[in-house]
Amino acid sequence: MTDWFAQFFIRLLETTRDLMPIFVVLIGFQLLVIRKPINNPQKILAGFIFVLLGVTIFLEGLDLALFPIGKLMAIQLTTAEFLGINPLDKATTWQTYSWVYVFAASLGFAVALAEPSLLAIATKAEQISGGTIRAWGLRIAVGIGLGFGLALGTFRIVTGTELYFYIIAGFSIATLQTLFTPKSILGIAFDSGSVTTTMVTVPLVTALGVGLAQTIPGRDPLSDGFGLLALASLYPIIAVLSYAQIAQWLNKRSLSSKP
Amino acid sequence: MFKKRFINQLINSFFDLSPILAVVIIFQVLIIRQSIPDVGHFILGILFVLIGLTLFIQGLELSLFPLGESMAYAFARKGSLFWLLTFAFCLGFGAAVAEPALISLAEQAAELAAQKTTIIDSISSKNNYALGFRITVAVSIGFAILIGVLRIIRGWPAYYPVFYAYVLIALMTPFAPTEIRAIAYDSGCVATSTLTVPLVTALGVGLATAIRGRNPMTDGFGLVVFASLTPIIFVMLYGIIL
Repeated sequence: MTDWFAQFFIRLLETTRDLMPIFVVLIGFQLLVIRKPINNPQKILAGFIFVLLGVTIFLEGLDLALFPIGKLMAIQLTTAEFLGINPLDKATTWQTYSWVYVFAASLGFAVALAEPSLLAIATKAEQISGGTIRAWGLRIAVGIGLGFGLALGTFRIVTGTELYFYIIAGFSIATLQTLFTPKSILGIAFDSGSVTTTMVTVPLVTALGVGLAQTIPGRDPLSDGFGLLALASLYPIIAVLSYAQIAQWLNKRSLSSKP
Repeated sequence: MFKKRFINQLINSFFDLSPILAVVIIFQVLIIRQSIPDVGHFILGILFVLIGLTLFIQGLELSLFPLGESMAYAFARKGSLFWLLTFAFCLGFGAAVAEPALISLAEQAAELAAQKTTIIDSISSKNNYALGFRITVAVSIGFAILIGVLRIIRGWPAYYPVFYAYVLIALMTPFAPTEIRAIAYDSGCVATSTLTVPLVTALGVGLATAIRGRNPMTDGFGLVVFASLTPIIFVMLYGIIL
C-alpha cells in the first residue's frame, strides 16, 4: 500500500511538471501583460488543483483498466483459436478478421458518445444553430464517422496498405461536400473529429492499434500500429457534413410542404 | 452544495462512459467468451477513470475555462495585436508540450527512428530525437493557434487554412520518409487532446464573441482542426531534414 502511495505521489509530481507550462502561460500573461489581478484567486487555485488531481487519477485508472483490456481484446480477437484457423496457415485473407472491424466500429461509436468535450461542443452547436442542428444528431453522426474511420483503420493494418490513400480519399470527399454544405456548420464539422479524439479515445485507440500490429503476422508493432487516430479524426468530418446536408434538406422539405 | 454537484457530475461521467463499458463487456463475454482477467483491478481502474474525469471537468470549469475566456475578452479590449498573437502562440505551445500522450508518442517515434537507423541507437540520441519531436509538434500547434486567431480577427472563412493545410500535406507526403508518415499523421490528434481542446475552444469562441462583426458559430470554431493538421506538416519536415 505504501508502495502504491509513493508511486501515486511520483505520478502527481510528473503531472505537475507536465502541466506547469500552461499554468505559467496563463498566469504570466494575466499578471504581466493584461496587468489585472485575477478575479477570485481561490477558485482558480482550487480549479488548478482539481485539474492536477483529476489528470493524475485518470491516468492511473487508464493504466489499471482501459489500456490493458484494450490491448488484451485486440490480441484475443486475432488469435488463431478465436479465428478458427490453423496458426501455420499463412494464407489468411482480410475477411478472416471481420470481428476486428466490428469491434473497432462499435468501439468508435461508443467512444464518441462518451467523449465529454464532444458533448460540450454539440450542446453549443444546438444553441447557436437555433435547433436546426440537434446535439444528439451531431453526436450520433460523429459516432458513425468515428466507427467507420476506425474500422477502415483496422482494415488498413490487416492488409498493410498505405495510409496516405485513405487520407486523400477522405479529404477529397470532405472537400466536395464543403461546396454543398451551409457555411455556418463548416467550423463545427471540421472541429468535431479533432475534438472527439481526446482523453478517452486516444489511449483506447492506441492500445487497439498496438495490440493488432503485435499479433497480425507480417506487421511491425512499432510502425504499423499508427494511423488509426488520423482516420478517426478525418471521417467524422464527412459524417457531420452529411448530417448537416440531410438536416437542411429535411428542413426545406417540411417548410415547403406547409401551405 | 459543492458535494452535491460533485456527486451529480460523477453520475454524469458514469453515464458518459457506460457505452464504452457496454462494448467492452459485450465483446468480452459474448464474442470472445472469456472472462475479464483480474476483475478487481478492472473495477478499481474504472472507478479511477470516473473520479479522475469528474475532478478534471470540475477543475476546468472552475479555473481554465473562465480564465481563458476572460483573457480572450481582455485581449480583445486591449487591442494589441502583437500581444494577442504572442499569447495565442504561447498558449498552443504550452498546452501541447505538456500533453502526456504526446510524450509517449515522441518516445515511440525515437524508438522507431533508432530501429530504422535514422539516428544512432543510444539513449542520449533517442532522448534528443524525442525532445526535438515534442518541440516540433508544440511549435506547430502554437503556430496554428496564431494563424487561427489572426483568421478570426481578419474574418477569413474557417475552411481556408484547413484546405491549404490538407493540400500541403498531400503534396509533402511522397517526399517524407515512409516510417515517419503514420506517426506524423497521428501526432496532430495526440497533441490536441486533454488541455488543448478545451482551452483553444474557449479562446476561439471568446474572441469571436468579443470582436464585433464575428459570429461565434461560423468564426469561433475551426481552430482545433487546424491545430491537428499543422503538426503533420512540421513532423514530416522534421523527418525530411533529419
